[in-house]
Amino acid sequence: MAETRERPLSPHLSVWRWHITMASSIFHRATGFALYVGALLAAGWAVSLASGPVAYGRYMSLLGSIPGKVVMFGLTLSIFFHLANGIRHLVWDSGKGFDLKLADATATAAIVFSIVATVLIWVIGMMTGAV
Amino acid sequence: MSGFRTDHSRARGLGAAKHGAGHWIGERVSAIALAPLSLWAIYAVLWLARADFYTASAWLGNPLNAVLVSLLLLTAFWHMHAGMRVIVEDYIHTTFSKAVLLVLNLFVCVLVGGLGLFAVLKVALSGGVF
Repeated sequence: MAETRERPLSPHLSVWRWHITMASSIFHRATGFALYVGALLAAGWAVSLASGPVAYGRYMSLLGSIPGKVVMFGLTLSIFFHLANGIRHLVWDSGKGFDLKLADATATAAIVFSIVATVLIWVIGMMTGAV
Repeated sequence: MSGFRTDHSRARGLGAAKHGAGHWIGERVSAIALAPLSLWAIYAVLWLARADFYTASAWLGNPLNAVLVSLLLLTAFWHMHAGMRVIVEDYIHTTFSKAVLLVLNLFVCVLVGGLGLFAVLKVALSGGVF
């Protein structure tokens, strides 16, 4: 990085045609970022529980409010997508799954799976009174 | 970054400090552990959403739940530190900003992870008595 002239930096978004594996790659990073915030919220839950009934009640009503539910819905989507796409990454690490058609298919599968699983979990949540 | 290299290191030409593989493997191993742990976490959150303070405390007093929540926090904070580090290294190219963000990432993960872990152990070991 010692050079002073402007060098092209990846990702070269402007020179690529939009494709599904590009979307899954960007979603992986975005959902990872979201789950970073989600893990901070999970640690906050534990701290509020250790701080007594009043603090816990406040924390849980914050998570149960409309903005809280929107965040929790986004986190559910993020966790399912990052999980499914993470498995794709682990398969790639073994040297398999790089065939273009297969990579496109697994990208679509990860996106569809995360949406279906999220809706399913929220339906279960509504039926059991969790939401 | 070449400004940080000594003449000796440049002359030997051995390149990086050979820590890359450990970082890479650590991210993958934590990912493998997080796959079942995160599925369990979704199940746990669905259950805890209906619980009041005393039910939740008693739930965390169960050794299996306390250990799984602790492992989830440890593994998740390890993994997210590794992931955020790569994001910073990919997008931030100014040495000073990069160093600040990398240290901030480490401190946030260790501090919040430590707080979460201590809170879990406090509730688990006191049986939720308050």
